Amino acid sequence: MNSLARWQRPELSMWPGFGRLTSLRDEIDRLFEEPLAALARSSQLLSGWTPAFDVCEDKDNFYVRAELPGMRKEDIELSMHNGSLSISGERKSDEALKEAEVYRSERFFGRFQRTISLPTQVAVETIKAQYKDGILSVTLPKAEEAKPKHIDVKVS
Amino acid sequence: MNATLQKETRATNERETQFVSPEVNIYETKDGYILEAEMPGVNKEGLEITLEGNEITITGHRHTEPLSSQALFHESHNADYQRVFELDPAIDTAKVSARMDQGVLKLTLPKSERVKPRKISVD
Repeated sequence: MNSLARWQRPELSMWPGFGRLTSLRDEIDRLFEEPLAALARSSQLLSGWTPAFDVCEDKDNFYVRAELPGMRKEDIELSMHNGSLSISGERKSDEALKEAEVYRSERFFGRFQRTISLPTQVAVETIKAQYKDGILSVTLPKAEEAKPKHIDVKVS
Repeated sequence: MNATLQKETRATNERETQFVSPEVNIYETKDGYILEAEMPGVNKEGLEITLEGNEITITGHRHTEPLSSQALFHESHNADYQRVFELDPAIDTAKVSARMDQGVLKLTLPKSERVKPRKISVD
């Protein structure tokens, strides 16, 4: 791998990864709702940040893990809507370095949002989230009616 | 001063270990350089910084446990992080300090006193 490949500033990146498709869709949605000038100012069509997500499940829960390094807990927002979990937030750059000369800028600062729809109903009231070492972990218990049921059939 | 944390050389995979390269920002202030590297899943204990000659190597070992249950999708890497930077000779390597905060490493690389801009007062 060529080290120069990493050099591109995020805002010049022309290669949206697979995960970016979701944010591209969000951008298109916004395109029809906002005046073009506003979009041009804040456009992240070509850049944006799509944090890596891991989602897994067992019998009782869904587990979502999102890589969100360098955020403050209070800047992360979680919401559930129609069986979809939205994680959004804003990563702010270090004010103290505003004046400094930038030699390399690969990190993304600004807003992000990702939504994933969960295959079954979850018990919204008991969702738990934890943010540690730059990773947000969310545990979403499955709703009782969505859990697989085991029915004993007695054969006589 | 263009001899910064100049060219970056990628770590050679001598031990057949796979690494991913963390995203970094590098800033220069009048006192030195600040390097921020994104390594989600790495805490203080998993961090290794080595200075050798004019090269600094940052290695981060993840401590997240692998997904145990059935994965619906998996985008994160399991590999550790590593990246090597060449240092500006003006950096006082004895005073390099590091801090880890929510998966972001912040390295402070002060310039040695003799290269800092100084005002000389005229009597």
